[in-house]
Amino acid sequence: MTDYMHAFDLYVPASLEDAARLLEEHGENAWIVAGGKDSFDWFKDRHKQPQAVVDIGGLQELHGIRDHGSHIAIGATTTLTEMEESELLGEHFPVLTQAAAQVASPQIRNAGTIGGNVSQDTRCTYYRDGFPCYRAGGNACYANTPTAMNREHALFGVSRCVAVTPSDTAPALVALEAEMVISRNGTLRTVPSEEYFVGPDTDITRMTVLEAGDILVEVRIPWTWAGARSYFEKVADRQTWDFALVNIALVAKTEDNRVADARIACGGVQCTPRRLIEVEDLVKGETVGPDLETLAKRVAARGARALNYNQFKIPLVENLTARAVRSLA
Amino acid sequence: MSEDAPKRAAELGIPEFPPDPADDFEWVPATRQVAGDLPEPPLIDWRTTSSSRRAFLRGVVCSGVAVSASAHLFTVRPSEARAAVRGVERLITLNINGKARRVDVPPSETLAQTIRYRLGLTGTKIGCNRAECGACTVLADDVPIYSCSTLTHQVRGKAITTVEGVAEPDGTLHPVQQAFIDELGPQCGFCTPGQVMSAVGLLKKNPAPTVDQARRALSGNLCRCGAYHHYLAGVMRAAGRA
Ligand SMILES: Cc1cc2nc3c(=O)[nH]c(=O)nc-3n(C[C@H](O)[C@H](O)[C@H](O)COP(=O)(O)OP(=O)(O)OC[C@H]3O[C@@H](n4cnc5c(N)ncnc54)[C@H](O)[C@@H]3O)c2cc1C
Ligand code: SF4
Ligand code: FES
Ligand code: FES
Repeated sequence: MTDYMHAFDLYVPASLEDAARLLEEHGENAWIVAGGKDSFDWFKDRHKQPQAVVDIGGLQELHGIRDHGSHIAIGATTTLTEMEESELLGEHFPVLTQAAAQVASPQIRNAGTIGGNVSQDTRCTYYRDGFPCYRAGGNACYANTPTAMNREHALFGVSRCVAVTPSDTAPALVALEAEMVISRNGTLRTVPSEEYFVGPDTDITRMTVLEAGDILVEVRIPWTWAGARSYFEKVADRQTWDFALVNIALVAKTEDNRVADARIACGGVQCTPRRLIEVEDLVKGETVGPDLETLAKRVAARGARALNYNQFKIPLVENLTARAVRSLA
Repeated sequence: MSEDAPKRAAELGIPEFPPDPADDFEWVPATRQVAGDLPEPPLIDWRTTSSSRRAFLRGVVCSGVAVSASAHLFTVRPSEARAAVRGVERLITLNINGKARRVDVPPSETLAQTIRYRLGLTGTKIGCNRAECGACTVLADDVPIYSCSTLTHQVRGKAITTVEGVAEPDGTLHPVQQAFIDELGPQCGFCTPGQVMSAVGLLKKNPAPTVDQARRALSGNLCRCGAYHHYLAGVMRAAGRA
C-alpha cells in the first residue's frame, strides 16, 4: 500500500518549547517530521504508523546558518539546498557543501533538512520492506544469508545487522568534528558527531542517540578545519536519487607538501560513518605523492569482511582513499 | 487450429483437443452487440462544454459535497476529528496559481493528492509517489518540490504554482513551454509538467544558466522516453527568452 498514508494527527508547534511538550505528551506515539522525505516512505508503506506527527519544519528558531564566533551553527531544519548554496559554509567548509550537493535530487534537497539527513533510518531493503529483522525487533537478519541481495551492505562493524549509514553529509560532519546539539525538555546537551551515530553493537534498533522526546536543534561546526584542504566523493549507481555505495570525506592541513593533520571518514561501509583512522595515522607527517597514495590504499580497507555481493566495495574504498590522498598533491 | 492437428495429436498419444471456442466465434463490432438498439450515447466534448466532466469534478470537489463523494478515498476517522481540536485545522486556504482556494484536507494527505483530486488540477502527474521520478514537481514559493512527498499542510502559507499556472492568463505559453514545443521536448508527455516546473523554477532563480547548471536543475526529473537532450535544449532556448 503505497498510495495513502495512515490517518495520523498532525501537530505544527509554534516554538521549540511547544514541540517538546507535544513529544512529551505523546511519548512513543510521536514522530518528528522536518522535510518528511524519509518519513513519508515509511508511512506510505505502513511499516511505521505513529499516531502523532509533529512537523517541526517551520520552526524558525531551528532554521538558518549562523556564525557564532567559536563555531558555525547550522539549524536542524536548514535545507540541504540552503547548505549547498551557503557562502559561509562554502568558503570555510567546502567538504560539507559538496556533500550536501550530492544528496538525492534537487527537489529532495529543496525540502530535505540537515536534521533529517543525519537522523534518517538505514535503507536496507529488507528492513524497509517490513521484514521482521533484528532492527525491526525480530530475530534474524535477512540481508546476511547466502542468497540475500546485500551489495549495498556493510564491510565493517557488523553485529548481527549488516546495514549501512545512508547519509552523505554524515561523513563530512564526522571529518569536520561537528557537534550535535540536542534538546530534551528544554535542556540542551552536546554530542560529538562521532558519538551521535549508533552502531548495532550499541543498539540494533536505532541509528542515532536520539530517543523519544529528543529534538536535534543544530549542528555546530568548529573552526578547527576551516580553510583546510578537503575532498568529497560519492559513488552511487546513478548520480541522482541513489544512495552512496561508498562516499568519502577528507579534510587535511598541509605544510609544503607534507600532511600536518588529517581526518577521513567513509559512509556506506558500516552502520555509522567510519573514520579511516589507520589512513589518518599513516599520512600524518608524510609527503604527499604516489608512494603515500599506494600505502594509503593498502591500509584503507584493512579488516573489511565482505558479504556475498559487496566485495566490490573493498577496492572502492581503497581507490577512493587513494584519490582523496592524491587530491592533496 | 490446423486441420491435421487432431490426427497428429492422436499419433502422439495426446488426449483429444477440447473444442476451441474461437473456432465458431463470429466477430461482431462490440458497440452494436452490447448497445443493441439503445440510443447513441451523447458525445461529451472534453474541451469546451461548461458542464464537461472535468469542470464538473472541479466543481464538486471543492464544495462540501466532495467529502461524501470521495469518502471511500478519505475516510474520516475519529482520530482526525480529535486532531481538529488540538492538531491542524482540516479546512485550509491554499494559495494555488495565484488564487486562494478553500479545501478540506486530512492531515495525512499529500499535496499531489490535494492538487489532483480535490482541486481538479490534473496537470500535475503522480508517477512513483515516492520522490523518485519528478512527475509531481510543483513550485512552493518558486522552489521546485515533489508534491507526492509533501503534506498539503506543510505548504500552508506558501504560494504553489502548478503547470496550469505558468502560462499567461490569455493563454500565451510560458517561454519554457514554448521552447519545449520548439525543441520537440515531450514524447509521451507524462514527465513534461514536471520538467516544465523544474525549468521554470531554475529560470526564476537563475535566468541565464549554463548547460551544466540546467542539467543539474533537471536531474530530479526522470523521462522514461529519454528525451533529456530535447528538454535541456528547451531550457537553454527558453533562457534566451525568459
Ligand atoms: C528517493 C530518495 C533518495 C534519497 N537519496 C539520498 C542520498 O543520496 N543521500 C542522502 O544522504 N540521503 C538521501 N535521501 C534521504 C533523505 O530523505 C534526505 O537526505 C533528507 O535530508 C531527509 O531530511 P527530511 O527533513 O526530509 O527528513 P524527515 O523525513 O523529516 O526526517 C527523517 C528522520 O529524522 C528525524 N528527524 C528529522 N529532524 C529531526 C530533528 N530536528 N530532531 C530529531 N529528529 C529529527 C525524523 O523523525 C525522521 O525519523 C533520499 C531520500 C529519498 C526519498
Ligand atoms: S541488515 Fe540490519 S536492517 Fe537489514 S535485514 Fe539485517 S538486521 Fe535488518
Ligand atoms: S510522483 Fe512524486 S517524484 Fe514521482
Ligand atoms: S516524454 Fe515520456 S516520460 Fe518524458
